[in-house]
Amino acid sequence: MSVPLTLLGLLQVRPRHGYDLKRAYDAHFGHDRPLKPGQVYSTLGRLERDGFVVVSGTDRDGGPDRTTYAVTAEGVTDLDRWFAEPEGPAAYLQPVLFAKVVLALQSGRDAAQVLDAQRAEHLVAMRELTALKKDADLDRVLGLDFALFHLEADLRWLEHTAARLDRLGKELAR
Amino acid sequence: MMEPLLTARDLHLSFGASPALAGASVDVAPGEILALLGPSGSGKSTLLHCLAGILVPDSGEVGYRGIRLDRLSDDLRSELRRSDFGFVFQFGSLVPELSAVENVALPLRLAGHKRRTAEARALEWLERLEVGEVARKRAGEMSGGQGQRVAVARALVAGPRVVFADEPTGALDSLNGELVMDLLVGAAREQGTSIVLVTHEPRVAAYADREVVLRDGALALTVGA
Ligand SMILES: Nc1ncnc2c1ncn2[C@@H]1O[C@H](COP(=O)(O)OP(=O)(O)OP(=O)(O)O)[C@@H](O)[C@H]1O
Ligand SMILES: [Mg+2]
Repeated sequence: MSVPLTLLGLLQVRPRHGYDLKRAYDAHFGHDRPLKPGQVYSTLGRLERDGFVVVSGTDRDGGPDRTTYAVTAEGVTDLDRWFAEPEGPAAYLQPVLFAKVVLALQSGRDAAQVLDAQRAEHLVAMRELTALKKDADLDRVLGLDFALFHLEADLRWLEHTAARLDRLGKELAR
Repeated sequence: MMEPLLTARDLHLSFGASPALAGASVDVAPGEILALLGPSGSGKSTLLHCLAGILVPDSGEVGYRGIRLDRLSDDLRSELRRSDFGFVFQFGSLVPELSAVENVALPLRLAGHKRRTAEARALEWLERLEVGEVARKRAGEMSGGQGQRVAVARALVAGPRVVFADEPTGALDSLNGELVMDLLVGAAREQGTSIVLVTHEPRVAAYADREVVLRDGALALTVGA
């Protein structure tokens, strides 16, 4: 899961201050692992240093943490790259894939395209692993099977989600 | 890609008002294993049936070795299916009244071989697919996995140029599914047979050289060369 890119994606949906950002992150992506407040501010600090976000305002009646951040053109370019590149077909991808789908929908990108690119990546990896099984010993085959079953589970989730994109888009827009 | 063996160009086919195929185009190269994926109702079986000359599209072209399948008479298409194609379906690929060995011998008998030679070759194939022990049983007396291996033997026995397989592992557990795919793909590679494979299972699709995903009766995504 890439926390910096996910926060950047949330900031592209609209500028937010740190607490607001944490709330949005936790609501969508932090069910199991909510962000620590310190992590939000340190990440924002690094994103600002790298030129991906800028301070876009301060909320006067709030406390010291009411600084609002917005994404820069450079930040958008970084996000575009993230959305365009499928993840390497490794295990435990679901959180980052889910973040990509939600944020693609919210930022008006083609979420179906994101899912298709990932599907292709997974299918190619499965084909390669299947070819390796051909003349391998059983212990190696079972290791390859472990990876294949996990990739298959990911793929099923990708298909399942692709079939529900319209509804997810509508719910997120509410 | 090599000169394709099978081609579908812009196929349209409706059952009543609802379109099952809406502009599907795909090629199959000699010896190529092609997987057709996509959600239920997206037109996978319909496309497979058009490529195999079982169904004729409302419009579009189906070509096989320079022959327009969609323009052939019903009789000629049946003859071509018998001589050049093999079939494996999810259920009911076998004739229930016949024993396993008689089922596998059937394509050879239809091609004019004598019973003795046909059954001898059928038995070889059954043994190759590790189901020699069910040779004298009927379809109803075998397990699903054994029945599917018998069906694969029947699809391959006459040396077809193309095997059409619609969910060949749909009713099998993962181990039997893998065995059926290993045997089907291994035998097809050996004789240069192409396979058009419809499946819901990514692990089965992973045996293919190329995967195409159908959506609403047309190709939405191609993965591979
Ligand atoms: N013989 C038929 N009569 C009427 N409608 C049909 C017939 N065969 C298919 N259809 C319709 O055509 C569409 C495509 O069907 P098809 O069987 O090709 O889908 P599929 O992708 O193979 O689905 P599944 O994964 O469920 O097997 C569906 O809407 C289906 O209801
Ligand atoms: Mg079907």
